[in-house]
Amino acid sequence: MKAKIIVMPKKAVVDPQGKTVQSALAHMGYQGIGAVHVGKYLEIELNGTDKETARKQMDDACHRFLSNPVIEDYRFEIE
Amino acid sequence: MNFAVLQFPASNCDQDALHVLRDVLGHSARYVWHKENSLGDADAVIVPGGFSYGDYLRTGAIARFSPVMQAVQNFAANGGPVLGICNGFQILCEASLLPGALIRNRSLQFRCEHVFLKTATADSPFTNRIPPDKLLRIPIAHGEGCYFADEETITKLKANNQILWRYVNAQGEPTEQANPNGSLDNTAGICNERRNVAGLMPHPERASETILGCADGRLIFESVIAALQSKSVAKAA
Repeated sequence: MKAKIIVMPKKAVVDPQGKTVQSALAHMGYQGIGAVHVGKYLEIELNGTDKETARKQMDDACHRFLSNPVIEDYRFEIE
Repeated sequence: MNFAVLQFPASNCDQDALHVLRDVLGHSARYVWHKENSLGDADAVIVPGGFSYGDYLRTGAIARFSPVMQAVQNFAANGGPVLGICNGFQILCEASLLPGALIRNRSLQFRCEHVFLKTATADSPFTNRIPPDKLLRIPIAHGEGCYFADEETITKLKANNQILWRYVNAQGEPTEQANPNGSLDNTAGICNERRNVAGLMPHPERASETILGCADGRLIFESVIAALQSKSVAKAA
C-alpha cells in the first residue's frame, strides 16, 4: 500500500511562496492566473494490507508530525 | 548556576551559548546531547540556534521528538526556565511548549543583520534585568522567523503580556520597515502563560561581549541568572 499525503498552508496563513509564484506566472505572460498556494506532497510506502489500520496510523502521523496544525491542513489517501 | 545547552544534529549556536554562560558570565554550563534522557542537575535550559535535522519537513519538527525533549517537557512542567534561541524557538513552538509557529520570512529572503528590540515587560525570568526604555541591538540570522498564531492566540498573548520582545526602529517604534520577517505584531519573542519558557529569533549569544560590537544580549542571560538566584534565596529563607 501507499499513503499519498498533501499538506497545504491554512488559508489564514500568509503564503509568500504562493504569492511569488503567482506574480512570476503573470510576468511570464500566462493569462488568468489567480491565487497560488504552495504545499507539500509526500508518498509513504506501507507494508500490510489493512487499509483501515493504515488510515488511522497515517492520520495520527499527519496530525502529530507530518503537518503542523497551527499553520497547515492535510489530506491523504491510501492506495 | 548550572545551565544545560542542548545539542541536536546541526545545532550551530551551542558553542556560542556555552561560551557566554561559562566564560563571559562565569556560570557552569554543559552540553546535553539530544539522545540523552536527563538534564542532570540543570537550573536552566538553553535550546540553541542552528538547523537541527537540516530543517527537514519543517524547522524544529524532527528535533522536537528527540529523547531529550521529553526531559525538557518535564523540566518546564516543574517550572524550570527554558530559553529557545532562533531554531530553539522553532523547536519549542513545534513541541507546543510555546504557542504559534515560525514560518517563511514574508520576503522569502534569509535575513542576516542587526535589529533593534524593544522589551515589552520586565515581568519574566528573561527580561527582569532589562531597563524599561533600553533598546537591545542584537543580530538575527534566519529564513523562517515570521511569527504566526491564530487571532485567538494573539489576543491571549497580548492580554497576558506574553509578547516579550518586538522588532522596532532606532526610535523604538514597531514599524513595518523594522519588521525583518513579517511577524504578526512585530513579534520577536514570546513566553508561555506560566512565563518560564521563552523563545526569540534574534541571537543574544552573538551580542554578549563588547568586542563583538554589542553586549546587549547579556541582559537576557543575566535576567535568567537573577531570576534563578532570587528563587534560590527564597528557597534558603
